[in-house]
Amino acid sequence: MSFLQDLSQYMVENSSLLFDLTIEHILMVVYGIALALAIGMPLGIIAARFERLAPFIISLTNILQLIPSLAMLAILMLYFGLGFQTMVVGLFLYSLMPIVRNTYVGIREVDDSIMEAGKGSGMTPLQLLAKVQLPLSIPFLLAGLRVASVIAIAVACIGPYIGAEGLGKEIISGISLQSEVKIYAGAIPATLLAIIADLALGLLEKKAKKRMALV
Amino acid sequence: MIQLNGIHKVYDDGFQALKDITLTFEEGKINVLIGPSGCGKTTTMKLLNRLTNYTEGQILIDDKDIKQVNPIELRRQMGYVIQNIGLFPHMTIYDNVATVPKLLKWDKQKIKQKVDDLLRMVNLDPEVYRNRYPAELSGGQQQRIGVIRALAAEPSTILMDEPFSALDPISREQLQDELVRLQKEINKTIVFVTHDMDEAIKIADQIIIMKSGQVVQKGSPQEILANPANDFVKEFIGEERLGSALPSVEKLMTKQLFTVYQSDSVEKAIEHMVMYQMKEIPVTDHDGKYMGMLDLFTAMNQSDKSIHALLDHNRKTVALNAGSEQLIADNLFETYDTLGVVSEDNTLVGVIKREQLLHTLQHFYELKRGGQ
Repeated sequence: MSFLQDLSQYMVENSSLLFDLTIEHILMVVYGIALALAIGMPLGIIAARFERLAPFIISLTNILQLIPSLAMLAILMLYFGLGFQTMVVGLFLYSLMPIVRNTYVGIREVDDSIMEAGKGSGMTPLQLLAKVQLPLSIPFLLAGLRVASVIAIAVACIGPYIGAEGLGKEIISGISLQSEVKIYAGAIPATLLAIIADLALGLLEKKAKKRMALV
Repeated sequence: MIQLNGIHKVYDDGFQALKDITLTFEEGKINVLIGPSGCGKTTTMKLLNRLTNYTEGQILIDDKDIKQVNPIELRRQMGYVIQNIGLFPHMTIYDNVATVPKLLKWDKQKIKQKVDDLLRMVNLDPEVYRNRYPAELSGGQQQRIGVIRALAAEPSTILMDEPFSALDPISREQLQDELVRLQKEINKTIVFVTHDMDEAIKIADQIIIMKSGQVVQKGSPQEILANPANDFVKEFIGEERLGSALPSVEKLMTKQLFTVYQSDSVEKAIEHMVMYQMKEIPVTDHDGKYMGMLDLFTAMNQSDKSIHALLDHNRKTVALNAGSEQLIADNLFETYDTLGVVSEDNTLVGVIKREQLLHTLQHFYELKRGGQ
């Protein structure tokens, strides 16, 4: 029991520090994913529109995903220096694959008859994209977003190695100080963040699918 | 009016999908394209809104070459109902129906009015259905929405690609009935693709039968049922349906003729009629050409005149190649008991009597009832 008391006492005493770290953690993830959305969605649309480019675009993002996170961040550090911005770039590259692939799949999955109805109604390719293909790919995009955010929250934990803050700071200093309490104080909020992101985006995805009768 | 002149379509791999299609889709009529799968019926329809293109020939809509029109504009002027309904699942019924008016940037109030009117036209209460999503509707209701979506921007032409084939038989029947009823109100030029002969007979004003990229026969359902052009058409229509058409004029008429020549005396004609208990007798010249009908009582009253003077020249004749439906439509038997049947060169080939027609009709309807 004493460990739990120690932990809760530590967390209460350092609550403002932990809160700041959590906020920074969230910000890194949000910026990284926002960037990935801004660039990944157009890439997914291009892949769906120009089928010949698709293998190229998809495998490129796949390769990015395969680079071990510590290695990728170290390399990025060489160019972007230490700190927050390097982490954001890293998270952006990691989130690209699920977002590009799901945008691509979402657009390709739109039923042929729905596409024909849109085309036959006299929609231009752009209108077809904006009014039919993108709205119908939202459930897929949400699934991609969910995977991306869980991965990003995890990867962001190694931020301190490249000079970024975030909840990883508590965990890593816990490792060097061999402090169980500090490790848990960082690990618990980080895990909670991942669980909340997973549940919330899962719920949104389910809702979107239900409305479009895709389930 | 839509005219296709000498349309050919050859795919890149050399497959010739359409061969010299020349057709007219009549204004305000339901034109049904029918044939086995792969015959080119859907391709022919999709030429009209340029979802497919042709390699040779010309298509005119109201005398305007469709290649001169922007395909996007063309499609907005044409309603399109597709086989798998194809409602947008992420849009409400309202937004689905309003698709084309919105593309055309109609005034909001006008769109709302139109959508509500259309929903009422297919017996769906706007208050109930306007804000629902397609998935909340039954298949039959969904395709009603599919049909009114095509009507929303008030196009003069509507293309329908096997619109009812995915529905259960009861909904299909209902929608066919509704389409026929709607068409009376809206009077659109409808091009309707199907592979279902019963459907074609039920709804069509004009049926166009296709096979391997060519038109085999076109005509009204009655014409096609009465005179199938060849064995393919006969087989495609099916024996039991052929039986459902009224017997042809040739089958209705009596071929064994008692006639008199125009040059014969009136006494001879009277003698003939009395002997065979005929009230009327057809009169021909020596070459067998029909001259007119002589009435027994007219002849007895004025036996001093020549046959020629006594003939009823105004009496219409029945053309041998006419459909028997025409006979009934023209209602000739209201005034006459007997009509002469003539071939194309006006040679008398038979007569049809009123009692005989009634007898045949009775027999026909008994058979029909028994058959069901």
